[in-house]
Amino acid sequence: MIGVGKIKQYSNVLDRPISKGKQEVSLSAFAFLFSELVQYNQTQVDNIGELERRLEDAGYAVGARVLELLCHREKGNRRETRLLGILSFIHSTVWKVLFGKVADSLEKGTEHEDEYMISEKELLVNRFISIPKDMGAFNCGAFVAGIVRGVLYNAGFPAVVTAHFVPVDGQQRPRTTILIKFAEEVLQREARLG
Amino acid sequence: MAPAAPKSGDAIFASVDRVNAELFTLTYGAIVRQLLTDLEEVEEVNKQLDQMGYNMGVRLVDEFLAKSNVTRCVDFRETTEVIAKVGFKMFLGVTASVTNWDSEGTTCSLILEDNPLVDFVELPDNCQGLHYCNILSGVVRGALEMVSMKTEVAWLRDMLRGDDVFELQVKLLKQVPEEYPYKDDE
Repeated sequence: MIGVGKIKQYSNVLDRPISKGKQEVSLSAFAFLFSELVQYNQTQVDNIGELERRLEDAGYAVGARVLELLCHREKGNRRETRLLGILSFIHSTVWKVLFGKVADSLEKGTEHEDEYMISEKELLVNRFISIPKDMGAFNCGAFVAGIVRGVLYNAGFPAVVTAHFVPVDGQQRPRTTILIKFAEEVLQREARLG
Repeated sequence: MAPAAPKSGDAIFASVDRVNAELFTLTYGAIVRQLLTDLEEVEEVNKQLDQMGYNMGVRLVDEFLAKSNVTRCVDFRETTEVIAKVGFKMFLGVTASVTNWDSEGTTCSLILEDNPLVDFVELPDNCQGLHYCNILSGVVRGALEMVSMKTEVAWLRDMLRGDDVFELQVKLLKQVPEEYPYKDDE
């Protein structure tokens, strides 16, 4: 029935209108939530590799959904078919929506044809996190790497995505680089498309 | 220097750094999904979410007190009003309302009409016992425990189960007097 109660209740969640994406929560709420995610996963694993994998899997789920949402809302249901297209979609649109700004840089790897890098001076998720010395190279940016992998995989560009700290001269905290290594089939398809 | 006057929830929310609510929503969804895969039992997941919320609430209350400059609340009524109007607004960007006071003034309900945690969410048939937003009950319980109030928090109405709002019942069990860490005569 229309008009009953303050909010119209849709029986099916798919009938509800999609929000405009302008709603915000405080950064600290997100930071607390993310820290709980990391802490919970720490209790479930024995080593750092496992922990990174679990964070990445969590991010993957987010990425898959973000792609669907943004394709519908921002791009009018057009999908990217070219490599550079999907990379710039992630670098600008996805980053802008999720983190409030476009990523700092997008580079092509010099050593390998299939590697691309998205860099960020300070990842939002890492802002309140400090890594203890005994955890070595662990990077909570694995969550963001998972998001990127989720977006790429579901857009038809399977890739291996990892997050790395890159020390920068003159800066106290290292820069974070998301390294994307595309699967062979993606490059072949790209070459065929010319 | 005189202490600053308490700020309204809107003012504080406008002054803190904010992130897109969708990132928050999707991350929370990923957490719930991970818990369901690991623990499999819906009751276990509820308990784990509550525990996670408790851990968050214990630390969240410090930030809340620091940023909001609220004065000491006189009674439980005022406490819940402050939580609903300032606390929820400051962290989640939405306000709650307080209703259903019992005669002694120790039990009330926080009503949430808008909840960023449940955007895009639908409960499948095999998870009907899941309190999806149980992290919120943990946060309220944890925060209040840090200010010396032992409470019991439970969901009365849940929009994911077909109700029209989220109703969280907060029951004050007892006020624990603050313990001094040092003995007076030492």
